[in-house]
Amino acid sequence: METKNKKLVLSLIIAAILIAVIPLFALKDAEFGGSDDAGSVMVKEIHGDYIPWFNPVLETLIDGELPGEVESLIFCVQTGIGVGILAFCFGRMYERNKLSKEDEAL
Amino acid sequence: MTRKQKKLVAGISICSLMAGIYPAANAMHIMEGYLPVTFCIAWGVLCLPFLTAGFIKIRRTLAETPRTMTLLAMSGAFIFVISSLKIPSVTGSCSHMTGTGFGAILFGPCVVSVLGIIILVFQAVLLAHGGLTTLGANTFSMAVAGPFVTYGIYKLCQKCKINHGICVFLAASLGDLFTYCVTSVQLALAYPSETGGSAASTVKFLGIFAPTQIPLAIIEGLLTTAIIVCLESFAKSELNLIGYKKEA
Repeated sequence: METKNKKLVLSLIIAAILIAVIPLFALKDAEFGGSDDAGSVMVKEIHGDYIPWFNPVLETLIDGELPGEVESLIFCVQTGIGVGILAFCFGRMYERNKLSKEDEAL
Repeated sequence: MTRKQKKLVAGISICSLMAGIYPAANAMHIMEGYLPVTFCIAWGVLCLPFLTAGFIKIRRTLAETPRTMTLLAMSGAFIFVISSLKIPSVTGSCSHMTGTGFGAILFGPCVVSVLGIIILVFQAVLLAHGGLTTLGANTFSMAVAGPFVTYGIYKLCQKCKINHGICVFLAASLGDLFTYCVTSVQLALAYPSETGGSAASTVKFLGIFAPTQIPLAIIEGLLTTAIIVCLESFAKSELNLIGYKKEA
């Protein structure tokens, strides 16, 4: 990878992290709840008390809401699957490029 | 440990800390049971042609060039990662990105529809996030409308000979933003406001979702550009196989 591109990728990632983290420090009192909940509140405002006509399958099965810790576990599993595949593919490509360069040098 | 190793360990610790900070809150898809039955069916039917076209295209691409499997898997994996990260935004609430722009730029919008629905089913069944009844509507906003806008803007920017990195950035972030606009419209159609009807509702829902989503759309644009730049240096041969070109 060229140095120019390396720098570009690095600065893009740093910028992304900054945008994500700054609100945490800038808005100290905010709750950072989901905008989903804000959506349900707005539905209530427009439509009066709305009762969802279908409950999530898993919540019906376990008779209640998914515990927060378990929810974060499943979110982590989702991230893990994705990162695993991405890292595997990038690792393979990186090594392949390196080997083919070595072959050329010989 | 050498100094390099120490730096690596420090870097990894910081990343893992940051990942731990994110509060686990609900983010944004239409909630289970929040759309009337007719709307659920209508949006679902509307998605079918795109899903079929995507399925056919995936089969054809894989049959002709099996090596592109890597890129296809990576597009799916990117959506998995990006849509699981809930990020605090300037409005004081959290939302997450879609990650569909990357696949749409590489393979075209229909293929992403198929990849997107896999993630939506995963989240609807395991996480009670989104829902099976609202799957059609969520698929339409996240896996059909968003990717099509991304693809359109990408091609348009290429025609205008804008710098390639900026093309990718604009396409991915506007596609992300459009996804949430479509969600607002979908909710508004189902819940027209008493005064002013659907249009007034749309404005209300947009008022909630858009300000939260704008910074996230920028992040999505940045990350998509980063991964595309990486691929351009490591996966030239695969990119050539799927007919990916930097210039129009």
